[in-house]
Amino acid sequence: MSLRIVVTVKYVPDATGDRHFADDLTVDRDDVDGLLSELDEYAVEQALQIADEADDAEITVLTVGPEDAKDALRKALSMGADKAIHVEDDDLHGTDAIGTSLVLAKAIEKAGYDLVISGMASTDGTAGIVPALLAERLGVPQVTLLSEVSVEDGVVKGRRDGDSASEQLEASLPAVVSVTDQSGEARYPSFKGIMAAKKKPVESWDLEDLELDADEVGLEGAWTKVDSATERPARTAGTIVKDEGEGGKQLAEFLAGQKFI
Amino acid sequence: MAEVLVYVDHVDGAVRKPTLELLTLARRIGEPVAVALGSGAENTAAALAEHGAVKVLTHDAAEYADYLVVPKVDALQAAYKAVSPAAVLVPSSAEGKEIAARLAVRIGSGIITDATDIEAGDEGPVATQSAFAASFTTKSRVSKGTPVITVKPNSAPVEAAPAAGAVEALAVSFSEKATGTKVTARTPRESTGRPELTEAAIVVSGGRGVNGAENFSIIEGLADSLGAAVGASRAAVDAGWYPHTNQVGQTGKSVSPQLYIASGISGAIQHRAGMQTSKTIVAINKDAEAPIFDLVDYGVVGDLFEVVPQLTEEIKSRKG
Ligand SMILES: Cc1cc2nc3c(=O)[nH]c(=O)nc-3n(C[C@H](O)[C@H](O)[C@H](O)COP(=O)(O)OP(=O)(O)OC[C@H]3O[C@@H](n4cnc5c(N)ncnc54)[C@H](O)[C@@H]3O)c2cc1C
Ligand SMILES: Cc1cc2nc3c(=O)[nH]c(=O)nc-3n(C[C@H](O)[C@H](O)[C@H](O)COP(=O)(O)OP(=O)(O)OC[C@H]3O[C@@H](n4cnc5c(N)ncnc54)[C@H](O)[C@@H]3O)c2cc1C
Repeated sequence: MSLRIVVTVKYVPDATGDRHFADDLTVDRDDVDGLLSELDEYAVEQALQIADEADDAEITVLTVGPEDAKDALRKALSMGADKAIHVEDDDLHGTDAIGTSLVLAKAIEKAGYDLVISGMASTDGTAGIVPALLAERLGVPQVTLLSEVSVEDGVVKGRRDGDSASEQLEASLPAVVSVTDQSGEARYPSFKGIMAAKKKPVESWDLEDLELDADEVGLEGAWTKVDSATERPARTAGTIVKDEGEGGKQLAEFLAGQKFI
Repeated sequence: MAEVLVYVDHVDGAVRKPTLELLTLARRIGEPVAVALGSGAENTAAALAEHGAVKVLTHDAAEYADYLVVPKVDALQAAYKAVSPAAVLVPSSAEGKEIAARLAVRIGSGIITDATDIEAGDEGPVATQSAFAASFTTKSRVSKGTPVITVKPNSAPVEAAPAAGAVEALAVSFSEKATGTKVTARTPRESTGRPELTEAAIVVSGGRGVNGAENFSIIEGLADSLGAAVGASRAAVDAGWYPHTNQVGQTGKSVSPQLYIASGISGAIQHRAGMQTSKTIVAINKDAEAPIFDLVDYGVVGDLFEVVPQLTEEIKSRKG
């Protein structure tokens, strides 16, 4: 029987660009290049490896985002995913984490799934809560923050390295998994992969397709509100000395002056 | 006065510092009611009372250790029903955020993650967050339901504020989903005797420039002379020189100590994301052009193998 894997991938502003907020206090996407959140590449990679081990598997990559978010889907398809779903609707602008998880959960249910794989966190919002929210909404086990994952006979197993302990986890499918950047390097798309991706199907769904109302999502429907965003003042230039043999002592003097010693 | 639920992070009854900080923040918006779960929960009461908890709701069951996250969500939801609080505060650990998120969706509330401060506002608590690798500061509110807010370590002072801290048993019935994800084995992390990375007042970190696992003893030596925690860049972790649990940055720990000392770390955006809010930043790097120097209060351009041991010796001799 076929294993249906849905990988959630987010399109984010490049962290090495000059990221800032737009006037409505949402992320400004116009001035900075966007890309597939690097941490979601690890989710795509683990999906590909799990699919390789399965007799028969199909990987669907899913994103909620504006027109350009197709780039993130293309990247995932060129890595080897089979097909893509793009949830796009003008009313989605400004959706918060609770709303995003609602839209993703509806789309995942509509697509059909045995296994959902997400990244550990996006590189822009960095909340790290969407996978748990998806498990809650879908009513299936969460097997999250895995640095190692495998699926066999309808059971997902993995290792979660926490603050105080490393845990082995196990749950029956269907389930929601999230993987960390310790799970294994993501592959680069091959030329063949990039060419093949152009022919792979990308479906577009809007809120109506998901039977959602505009007031459940977007800036208006958000359950959180950003009142202000201020750029942190640049740090005032510090003292920089060149070590001429006394650098360690000079630094100790500074630390003593600051009462750290 | 409105009550505020505070989720307690503890290890066998020893309350971790971020929870005590939460009590300080909770008192600004109401009367803290603490929720302590699992083995040793009742032993948390004294510390919680001393820091302002008017009540401590406790519950222990094997489910908390045997299954992932959901049993704790069930319990926090039971506490929420019992108390009808004005807000729910949870420490921003990986697990804390997951618990908070699931609770929020269950009770129909918005959630704010990784707050670095909380104040009372006309329309409910206002949370400060730092965004885009700490280059922006935002103020946000939860606009629907009961605010659920997770708070980063080192966001508030720990203050003594003696309160009753009456222990009450919390009645919890686990949901059907509580046993969905089994914990089949657990290997506790060995204690190094050094302070917890996210809670430490001083963090000393090493990067690719440390050039080898064996050389990390130089970084540890400096850390020990200051009573500091040890951190590492991802490059050092990926090379296998130091455990991943010590990684500082976007995909590692985010730290906000009084003093951060980076040695042999270039200061890539993903590293900065995890340490940029440190109060005082010091770097030692042989490349004068390294981006980390843009952040520093004090920087030494030099070879860490010369500078760090000299610094350690000097600190030791000054401390006597
Ligand atoms: C600086 C900043 C702070 C924010 N703070 C909050 C806040 O406190 N509360 C709040 O409700 N919202 C907040 N938001 C909005 C929130 O980031 C978005 O709603 C977002 O889509 C979900 O949260 P996240 O990006 O943090 O995802 P995470 O929870 O960090 O993402 C984890 C995984 O979920 C999946 N995923 C997340 N978003 C999508 C998507 N759009 N499409 C496909 N997969 C996805 C990916 O697999 C990703 O790896 C914030 C946004 C920014 C930029
Ligand atoms: C999605 C994503 C997430 C990431 N998350 C993290 C994260 O959480 N944390 C993190 O740290 N990185 C993270 N990274 C990696 C990050 O981009 C950098 O690659 C990394 O921080 C570099 O580590 P470094 O500064 O130790 O190494 P390098 O950039 O190689 O810098 C080494 C520095 O050491 C100096 N040096 C060398 N020898 C000496 C000497 N003898 N004395 C003094 N100085 C010396 C060099 O001049 C140089 O500046 C992430 C990357 C991605 C894509």
